[in-house]
Amino acid sequence: MTTRLDKRFARLKTEARAAFVTFITAGDPDFDTTLAILKGLPAAGADVIELGMPFTDPMADGPAIQASTQRALKAGASMMKTLDLVRRFRASDSDTPIVLMGYYNPIYHMGVELFLSRATEAGVDGLIVVDLPPEEDDELCEPAMRAGLNFIRLATPTTDDRRLPAVLANTSGFVYYVSINGITGSASPETRNVAAAVARIKRHTSLPVAVGFGIRTPEQAAEIARNADGAVVGSAIVDAIAAEIDPQGRVKPGAAERVLAFVRKLADGVHGARATAAE
Amino acid sequence: MSTSQANSLRNGPDERGRFGIFGGRFVAETLMPLVLDLDKAYTAAKNDPAFQAQIDFMQRDYVGRPSPLYLAERLTEKFGGAKIYMKRDELNHTGSHKINNCLGQILLAMRMGKTRIIAETGAGQHGVATATVCARFGLPCVVYMGTTDIERQKPNVFRMKLLGAEVVPVTSGTGTLKDAMNEALRDWVTNVDNTYYLIGTVAGPHPYPAMVRDFQSVIGNETKAQMQEREGRLPDSLVACIGGGSNAMGLFHPFLDDRSVKIYGVEAAGKGLETGEHCASLKGGSAGVLHGNRTYLLQDEDGQIKDGHSISAGLDYPGIGPEHAWLHETGRAEYVSATDKEALEAFQLCSRLEGIIPALEPAHALAFVSKLAPTLPKDHLMVMNMCGRGDKDVFAVADHLGVTL
Ligand SMILES: Cc1ncc(COP(=O)(O)O)c(C=O)c1O
Repeated sequence: MTTRLDKRFARLKTEARAAFVTFITAGDPDFDTTLAILKGLPAAGADVIELGMPFTDPMADGPAIQASTQRALKAGASMMKTLDLVRRFRASDSDTPIVLMGYYNPIYHMGVELFLSRATEAGVDGLIVVDLPPEEDDELCEPAMRAGLNFIRLATPTTDDRRLPAVLANTSGFVYYVSINGITGSASPETRNVAAAVARIKRHTSLPVAVGFGIRTPEQAAEIARNADGAVVGSAIVDAIAAEIDPQGRVKPGAAERVLAFVRKLADGVHGARATAAE
Repeated sequence: MSTSQANSLRNGPDERGRFGIFGGRFVAETLMPLVLDLDKAYTAAKNDPAFQAQIDFMQRDYVGRPSPLYLAERLTEKFGGAKIYMKRDELNHTGSHKINNCLGQILLAMRMGKTRIIAETGAGQHGVATATVCARFGLPCVVYMGTTDIERQKPNVFRMKLLGAEVVPVTSGTGTLKDAMNEALRDWVTNVDNTYYLIGTVAGPHPYPAMVRDFQSVIGNETKAQMQEREGRLPDSLVACIGGGSNAMGLFHPFLDDRSVKIYGVEAAGKGLETGEHCASLKGGSAGVLHGNRTYLLQDEDGQIKDGHSISAGLDYPGIGPEHAWLHETGRAEYVSATDKEALEAFQLCSRLEGIIPALEPAHALAFVSKLAPTLPKDHLMVMNMCGRGDKDVFAVADHLGVTL
């Protein structure tokens, strides 16, 4: 089956471009602002959208995404509202893939089958669930594949060649290479190491490899885009959203537009990367 | 023999780290290779007599084991029913059962060539025990502790510092044990090469729940031998408090196949189960996945983790070890609860009648003993795990009793 993710990466390949993958947390700072940003992301240059499912205990996330999760939950975020955001986005965009990213418990609590039917119905294309390694594939990965969703796995510097085949076995859509050992928003990766790691993964799979963790600027995004099939930016965008909240906790007027302008700069970095490299 | 082994309740977990549906290895990919490594290293160590001999030696000369099994005559008389024995793990070096586990894990960490130790702590007892073994073996130690707990367990914070540990305040969430555990996990994914995460209870991804249980089983094994010597038979019931459930698992596990022995785990009911302000994951929670395993959790209708409440920082955890969840569902153990108020009363009663100031955690176990013992005959042998002493709690208790020190 060809999914929206497959189609998107195939098209980017023909255009010889890397994918710009953006992460924002659903409901941060509130439902309406997320919806406005979400709807504007494709025009701002996002090729793939990761939408964070808020969870009280984001163990693999750094301060920026922890704070964004807290803001979202405080503003009333829930799994049903996250799915509703996807549904509303899909009403006007049937091409841009959306991947839900988060932790297993809120999915488990809803019930895996119910979650999968609601997610596919809303127009979700893939899942990244941080705390579900291949050892737990029967929990969600296999049912998700049966439901026609891509299950995107994280590969990390600790995933050695012996383990890589197991990690890639049920991965589809793309592989998300976490470029550092650490939490989101921490140190930036060394380009040299990233290039070598991407090459290593590509020896084991024909799937596109996107790289994330620690990318903050258009320049860094461009560096990564020269060495991988996609660059993922999360904490930097989330920080831009945080900057749109005034000291009284209100969202400033024009917030979505300014966040999208920042996204546009990052997108230009990614999309200009190969052109510059060719010069 | 083979049938009795097949029917044994002591075989868990399976190779996936599951006790029934509970347990498992729900961790980020970065940690997965480390968790598999740890499993391999622990399995090898467990089967190495030299490793066990090292633990035994340190348990005797450093910790002061075996801890006594003490007949609490005045409490027995006061309650007027079952004969109450206390397993005196509060007499251990550092004042609680936590050192049993720390000793085993630090020796394992050194076997694995790890050079830096991290830990989470709630009451500070696990932090102190970790800082202690790190001082003894010369390894740097970082302890994550929620800011709420730092406030209510000040003496332990200072003890950790005296022992040379770095105490990192955790402000996220409500600044209690679960938040400290999140932060320790974040440290671990960042420092995978040299760091050993020394978890303080029977939680976390496999093999932690089984490993911590094994290191704590010295409590139950000693109890069994001591009771045999003293009364010539098995006890009739066991009672232990439950935060994550390590002191309880340590007492219970050696008795799981002795079906005549009734087993009671006492969770913290906080201000009362009906108020919603409690830490009783089994009585007031539902199945979920957190901190690497599936177990019972306090959570809302959206699967968001709820903060617990207990007067006792050591019980203030919204989950429970997966093996307890399984023992609960199979009915082998019964889980009950005691409120803040009941624990405070038991705390004072034990101090006055036995001359033993208990930690607030085992005061919960004693509170349940005070209800159960009077209903039982005088030849009923009950063992309560006195898993910690109350020095760390005197300031907090004074506060609750309205006394200024
Ligand atoms: C004295 C004492 N008892 C019990 C506990 C709870 O832990 P567990 O349930 O793992 O024994 C603690 C935790 O800090 C403690 O200090």
